[in-house]
Amino acid sequence: MRANKTDLVNYCIALGDDSLTLGHRLSEWSSNAPFLEEDLALTNVALDFIGRARMFYAYAADLEGGERTEDDIAYLRDCREYRNLLINELPNGDFAMTMARQLLVDVYDLGFFTELAQSGDANLVAIAAKSIKECRYHLRRSEEWVKRLGDGTTESHQRVQDAFKQLWGYCPELFEMPEREQRLLGEGIAVDRRTLKKNWESVVHKVLKEATLDIPDNSWAISGGRDGIHTEHLGYLLAELQFLQRAYPGQQW
Amino acid sequence: MVNQDNDNDPRLVAFENKVAADQRIEPKDWIPDAFRKTVLRQMSQHAHSEVIGMQPEGNWITRAPTLRRKLILLAKIQDEGGHGLYLYSAAETLGTSREEMVKALHEGKAKYASIFNYPALTWADMGAIGWLVDGAAIVNQVSLQRTSYGPYARAMVRICKEESFHQRQGYESIMALAQGSKEQKEMAQDALDRWWWPSLMMFGPHDSDSAHSGRSMHWKLKRESNDVLRQRFVDQTVPQAKFLGLEIPDPDLRWNEGSGRHDFGEIDWDEFQRVIHGDGPCNRQRLSHHVQAHEDGRWVRDAMRAYESKRQARQVA
Repeated sequence: MRANKTDLVNYCIALGDDSLTLGHRLSEWSSNAPFLEEDLALTNVALDFIGRARMFYAYAADLEGGERTEDDIAYLRDCREYRNLLINELPNGDFAMTMARQLLVDVYDLGFFTELAQSGDANLVAIAAKSIKECRYHLRRSEEWVKRLGDGTTESHQRVQDAFKQLWGYCPELFEMPEREQRLLGEGIAVDRRTLKKNWESVVHKVLKEATLDIPDNSWAISGGRDGIHTEHLGYLLAELQFLQRAYPGQQW
Repeated sequence: MVNQDNDNDPRLVAFENKVAADQRIEPKDWIPDAFRKTVLRQMSQHAHSEVIGMQPEGNWITRAPTLRRKLILLAKIQDEGGHGLYLYSAAETLGTSREEMVKALHEGKAKYASIFNYPALTWADMGAIGWLVDGAAIVNQVSLQRTSYGPYARAMVRICKEESFHQRQGYESIMALAQGSKEQKEMAQDALDRWWWPSLMMFGPHDSDSAHSGRSMHWKLKRESNDVLRQRFVDQTVPQAKFLGLEIPDPDLRWNEGSGRHDFGEIDWDEFQRVIHGDGPCNRQRLSHHVQAHEDGRWVRDAMRAYESKRQARQVA
């Protein structure tokens, strides 16, 4: 094993957690979207994220040597052991909040996976290659929606503007590098998330401007997801997600 | 008035001849008003069923027991929504917009399959719905692939392919429980107990009591009767239950050597009527959920339209 195995396992789990929590949130839109076509599209995106989580967890399980399965990783860890970036676990709010979050994450993801495709780890490269295609589609959608909502009606403008204000302080965390990721960066495996910020800002600012929206101010920032310090919302998400595995331990489904 | 049905109308004669010759009726063809109303009622009801049917299964998306099961369930629900979409489109060929059909649903003028007015209480219900509800739907839909209205028949061909995939997934899912722990097996049996009779009700009243059947059969919209289809479903499902080691909750169910079919007990028609007329366990919940999502989405749809007209105005300018 080239890199520190534990670091790599944790890296995969953290990336899986990012995908699973956001996929979970998006799946909550099923039968609740503003119209049927959008219901199907949101489900599509949810499927991409949950599918991606599976790939990361399966790789982590494989690295560990089969002590745990992908489902053990997803279903048998509590809040403090989850490592996702906080923005992914926040409740959906209204459609504006969902789409604003999606834009912020989609721009980040496209940058992240483009870099991950250059990783020294072949499995991560393969996951990244598949993810890049999905990210492009996700971003086309969220960009279009933010413009529609921002430059739509007074109400939609207000809602999406408020959404960006609510979410803004969760963005700095996207570009922080915890120590274990820095070690993997040194090994040529992890992405240096600090370097993604400049391009992310330029794309997001451009979309917000076209959507006639103000850029929220940078007066606050909350982070801690990669250390397992979450919002209160994650516990409820996990309570639902893990219900059957917790209520009926050790069974096959 | 145009298009009022009149026995001597040569267009009506041509229409009847076409139906009698087993030819498909297409949107460009003249059709009698009563035919239009009947097909529209049936197709919009079918479309609404697909969409309302997303709710009971949607109830378990966030709680699915494994990531694989979660993906299968999500994709399945997405397929149901997709069926709704092409059924609405096919029904729009009759000159009624999707918006009008949804309005009729919200006003209680259009119905959807009564089966979705039962609650999905445990994970085993996901298997039971796939196995029994989709199974019953397929029996009906295979028959409808030969329905006389072209757009409906073609939609059915496409839908049947996906539905039989869902049914196999549902069966596989309940099999995992039937072969699992004692608790899981009990969960599977309980699901079968609760979904069996409502599944039989999906085929509608007895032929002798069916209000719309006669005319629908004459027009070849309906190709086989409710009781024939129901019998086919029972005959195909009994051995499947046996294979799972589960017991169908009907003391009168037995193989009839003479007829070569299964005899089975009488449906609780009072319950059937109650649920059809809006008083089932989830009727109010299902409809108000749909209305709520529609209302919550209004500002989004308004924004879309406003943005689109601004964009067009900019292009002109």
